[in-house]
Amino acid sequence: MSSGPAAPAQPSEAPDPAGSATTATEVLGPHEIARALTRIAHEILERNKGAADLVLLGIPTRGLPLAHRLAARLAEVEPTVDPAALVGSLDITMYRDDLRHHPTRTIGATVLPPGGIDGRVVVLVDDVLFSGRTIRAALDALNDLGRPRAVQLAALVDRGHRELPIRPDFVGKNLPTSTTERVRVLLTETDGTDAVLIDGGAR
Amino acid sequence: MKHLLSTADLSRDEAVLILDTAAQMAATQERAIKKLPTLRGRTVVNLFYEDSTRTRISFETAAKRLSADVINFSAKGSSVSKGESLKDTALTLQAMGADAVVIRHPASGAPHTLATSGWTQGAVLNAGDGTHQHPTQALLDAYTMRRHLVGEGGTADVTGRDLTGLRVAIVGDVLHSRVARSNVDLLHTLGAEVTLVAPPTLLPVGIGPWPCRVSYDLDAVITDERPDAIMMLRVQRERMSSAGGGFFPSAVEYTRRYGLDGRRMARLPEHAIVMHPGPMNRGLEISATAADSPRAVIVEQVANGVAVRMAALYLLLAQETPGTTLQEDAR
Repeated sequence: MSSGPAAPAQPSEAPDPAGSATTATEVLGPHEIARALTRIAHEILERNKGAADLVLLGIPTRGLPLAHRLAARLAEVEPTVDPAALVGSLDITMYRDDLRHHPTRTIGATVLPPGGIDGRVVVLVDDVLFSGRTIRAALDALNDLGRPRAVQLAALVDRGHRELPIRPDFVGKNLPTSTTERVRVLLTETDGTDAVLIDGGAR
Repeated sequence: MKHLLSTADLSRDEAVLILDTAAQMAATQERAIKKLPTLRGRTVVNLFYEDSTRTRISFETAAKRLSADVINFSAKGSSVSKGESLKDTALTLQAMGADAVVIRHPASGAPHTLATSGWTQGAVLNAGDGTHQHPTQALLDAYTMRRHLVGEGGTADVTGRDLTGLRVAIVGDVLHSRVARSNVDLLHTLGAEVTLVAPPTLLPVGIGPWPCRVSYDLDAVITDERPDAIMMLRVQRERMSSAGGGFFPSAVEYTRRYGLDGRRMARLPEHAIVMHPGPMNRGLEISATAADSPRAVIVEQVANGVAVRMAALYLLLAQETPGTTLQEDAR
């Protein structure tokens, strides 16, 4: 899910690469994002000694295209891997702890790869890691879906300010932010362009 | 959306949102663990002033699958039989902290009164009021039609789609049927063409402005309109006096002219589905051949009812409630 103060968190906030009123600084461009994903893909393979038993679960909206990109990179390195059989989507809307504090959220799809997740290594993929509450919800959702052998976490951006004892295993970029700032990840699949932007906040 | 009282209140986008949400809810019901924590700590009261099996059980199942606490209240054997008014019952439920009230009542408009009177703060869901509306039934019917008839017979992704171009025949006791009224409004909103088929005695006065066609001849409708879905309504004998109650000469004659049997089934288009809101009077409005045929989706309608009611409860309850907004909203 996207992050930032008072975001309705649905695609409406998306295609605005210029960052209209406030000043938006581009932190990562398309090349940096591509390099970060390639590195994460290699780190995943290194940590798990190959791609056997791996499942990448993307958290909608923007975790899902990231999971697909990671799977494509894994398949480049390990030709035996079928990227389609590797990726799933894990919607966490119904497990959130803040449903009462927002307008109704649209529920996304949860799709597991054909082999399921029992006994496999699940890598959760999200765009921005912030408070950790999304991941808490994802862990609850996983619990209802099966029993993975291990769960790991990959995030394109870690902006700090954790509110729960959760840490990522694979990070694209550590981004020190203040809580008033807003981090936006734009992806070609959802927003037409690749960028990580930071805007707002007192500076 | 604060309440769900009538399908006439729903815009096309709201109706499609409910159907899309129901599709995701249905997906969760195929898992080994069907319970979701979404409405933990919320209380849903089923307030039933009329007999019901499937609607009450369906709402109860839906609420429980979303982890809400469910309190069942039926008028029989409660203070209502001692003469308690709807207002006092509602105030009692409010005092117990009901977040949503699911109400079925023999008086048309009772849910509307409950929702607008200030007797209860919670969301009100109409589970059937008199001969007025039964919105969740119409939503589950629309959901069932969309699953079977939109997107190459259910193979393509139907998210966001409505029922544009579908032809639906609703046959039988329209006069007493809140299901028919809800369906006419909702199916029209979703772009389907509805034809009501009934003997003149079982059509209400003032049907003229309804957004649908009306016919007295079932065979002609099957031949001329080639409906994609045919919905048989229950002949509501409890709302009539003995036999046909003057609404039709005899049960046999009703069956011959308006019942769905194997012969009429065979003349329906190949892909057409047979629906019935239940409970069925087998042998009266629908024959066993039709009810048990593979084209009948009557049992599936019941299963879809749970998903649709989960969606309605989710959309009405899992949102901002007064006094709970976070100070500094981190996520």
